[in-house]
Amino acid sequence: MTTYDVNLRLWRGDQGGGELRDYIVACEDGEVVLDAIHRVQATQAGDLAVRWNCKAGKCGSCSAEVNGRPRLLCMTRLSIFERDEPITVTPLRTFPVIRDLVTDVSFNFEMAKRVPPFAPRPRQADGTYRMAQQDIDRVQEFHKCIECFLCQNVCHVIRDHEESKPSFAGPRMFIRYAELEMHPLDTGDRRELLSQRMGLGLCNITKCCTEVCPEHITITDNAIIPLKERVADTRYDPIAWLGGKLRRRGRHEAGG
Amino acid sequence: MTEHETHDFDVVVIGAGGAGLRAAIEAHDRGARTALVCKSLLGKAHTVMAEGGIAAAMGNVYPDDSWRVHFRDTMRGGKMLNSWRMAQLHAQEAPDRVYELEDWGALFDRTDDGRILQRDFGGHRFARLAHVGDRTGLEMIRTLQHRAVALGIDVFMECTVTRLLTDEGRIAGAVAYWRESGRLIVFRAKAVVLATGGIGKAWKVTSNSWEYTGDGQALALWAGADLVDMEFVQFHPTGMVWPPSVRGILVTEGVRGDGGVLRNAEGRRFMFDYIPEMFRSETAETEDEADRWYDDRQNNRRTPDLLPRDEVARAINTEVKEGRGTPHGGVFLDIASRKPADYIQRRLPSMYHQFKELADVDITREPMEVGPTCHYVMGGIRVDPDTQAATVPGLFSAGEAAGGMHGANRLGGNSLSDLLVFGLRAGRYAAEHAATVADRLAVDPDQVEAAEREALAPFERADGGVNPYTVQQELQDCMQELVGIIRTEGELKSALERIAALKERAGEVGVEGHRQYNPGWHLALDLRSLLTVAECVTLAALERRESRGGHTRDDYPKPDPELGRVKMVVRDREGKVTVSREPLDEMPEDLQTLFEEKPSP
Repeated sequence: MTTYDVNLRLWRGDQGGGELRDYIVACEDGEVVLDAIHRVQATQAGDLAVRWNCKAGKCGSCSAEVNGRPRLLCMTRLSIFERDEPITVTPLRTFPVIRDLVTDVSFNFEMAKRVPPFAPRPRQADGTYRMAQQDIDRVQEFHKCIECFLCQNVCHVIRDHEESKPSFAGPRMFIRYAELEMHPLDTGDRRELLSQRMGLGLCNITKCCTEVCPEHITITDNAIIPLKERVADTRYDPIAWLGGKLRRRGRHEAGG
Repeated sequence: MTEHETHDFDVVVIGAGGAGLRAAIEAHDRGARTALVCKSLLGKAHTVMAEGGIAAAMGNVYPDDSWRVHFRDTMRGGKMLNSWRMAQLHAQEAPDRVYELEDWGALFDRTDDGRILQRDFGGHRFARLAHVGDRTGLEMIRTLQHRAVALGIDVFMECTVTRLLTDEGRIAGAVAYWRESGRLIVFRAKAVVLATGGIGKAWKVTSNSWEYTGDGQALALWAGADLVDMEFVQFHPTGMVWPPSVRGILVTEGVRGDGGVLRNAEGRRFMFDYIPEMFRSETAETEDEADRWYDDRQNNRRTPDLLPRDEVARAINTEVKEGRGTPHGGVFLDIASRKPADYIQRRLPSMYHQFKELADVDITREPMEVGPTCHYVMGGIRVDPDTQAATVPGLFSAGEAAGGMHGANRLGGNSLSDLLVFGLRAGRYAAEHAATVADRLAVDPDQVEAAEREALAPFERADGGVNPYTVQQELQDCMQELVGIIRTEGELKSALERIAALKERAGEVGVEGHRQYNPGWHLALDLRSLLTVAECVTLAALERRESRGGHTRDDYPKPDPELGRVKMVVRDREGKVTVSREPLDEMPEDLQTLFEEKPSP
């Protein structure tokens, strides 16, 4: 077992502003960034704020940006970094900072309240719901979501456009809509809501969300694109609508 | 008085894991104005980490299964110390609670004919665990969370309760703080449900997250309620042992349920050497028979790899102690040599991921290294088996925070079902109790002020105060060394001395910075409950001079029939914690007969 010094550069601050501060902390082989942060907390900065729970990649609490890349702190091993380079940890950029590495992710919980709940068909005569495993596989993929909100954090529709937030549910919520829409027992239809109020059309499938998902859910291909296709089947397709507007405006301007 | 916000509710549920969520849903459905208060964000509670499944005798895989068999397994697993009535209600009601989750959108793995698939687990006679791969807890908490959100239940996230308030001996509310702002809150409530989970953070090697600091048990004790069975702490046999940063993280029993076996460093399947008398008649004696059992239950007996957790944890402990452990101080858990890679990846995706990412181990190719990890406390708040009412009027408890259901040892899979069955009951009876309380909600301003002063005290010692992290670490070392799997009177006594000294130091803890999201302050307050439950466990462990289930005394290595008829009750009377023996409830004759017949092979 070898021990070595890690140079952690942590963002410290709050709504009023902040700065990166350097901490040197002894670490061991096999440790993760969250271990190093905990050691800073225990020995150098007792009030260093970081959100975490399971420390096993299962609860999605410890999301932050490590050297600019969104990650779970508990699943990021120190060994993937050069030993003599500092490791910079900053809070998720898309959400307002509360303190240090902790952000206010209430946006996601507010969006969750707007999802019309599961509405199952009645049970079969024998009291069971019969479903084939292959029919639920794809929905089970979405149920793997640990709500780390890294996908929300990287989605440029909200990362770069604060004004989009009220009308854009984001990839995490699109998975949630997809799991309901594709649930073999569900009888609801959320397509109009998705296109009119949840901003599904604003996603231009750059797949940043899929890339960053620690659960390897193929968010774009398996959830968002099929949702877009389902919505396109209705007359409320915002892409078609926007396309129509642009074409008309083009004609208008050309004519004017 | 310090500035605070005040909220009025009929029922305040503290804790938003499986039990708290189920309780809040039920209380809400019964018309109570209900609040759900949790230390973390919604959906992050420890239930999310449960892997294997929900035990419920639905009989989808083995039609012979029934609540009676489940009840019998549970009692035997608990070494007959369980509250028989809780074990009965649990076994009877668990299937409906699983179907209810399905009604709310949960998608369990399916049988070939499209019903809920059930998997094998330790101590369960039949394959009984409804599951979703190895992430059943996530499915359960998300389903309940979505349901609670859809019902519009008021949720107080990242909000920690520090004291319960009483009024003439009954519950009147609680004092809490927002983690985000540090602002104080007073809840005025007619009933409180404690569903705060366990106490694992008092140990060094644990599968539990930071939240598991025994808050509910301590809050109840301080409010005058009884605790029971606190000496029974479950060390799960299979936690990760390497690398050091992941030491203690859980490896699901599902690995063994799905065909994995334990081997020592010599490659020997050592569990055949550790079959206790109680389980001898239904456990395979040879590897051949054990291997045949997976496919043919009628003519073979089950593998000893799936003995109850206390048996397996002790066996691993002995193997390592006697020098047959792996390089990192565990034993091998091997599924790679027994099952095809695609089967392992399909059945155990989280385990595959966890070992790959954190330990560079491909479990489809090499064995895992595992060892015991502090996982669960069987004991907890003493409750009425039917209503979940604690011994203080207006106080209720469910889930891991409550005691009695699991006796001396819990079977795997019986926790998730416990959360649902007794979460519902706690919510129901808390709502019914609230309906009987007169409209006026009153709290005692002196109690509120004392609680607020206590909560803010660590800031007065910002300079030169004791570091809370150091106190926690020393407590964890103490419990790990002296109140672990194997205990002795001498070690327990020295643990009590060390806990007493740590209590003194915890009273001098100081924190730097301000009240906004300050983990040092949060820990300083959690230390009160951690130290309280550590003392309760140690005192009860001293008093139980025998070995039974999750409690093993090196100086009293055998079960004592006298002690098999009593439970240890822990009380706090004016700051002094005492332990007394009380007889177990008598099981009715018709249930007793279940334990007389020899089981068919």
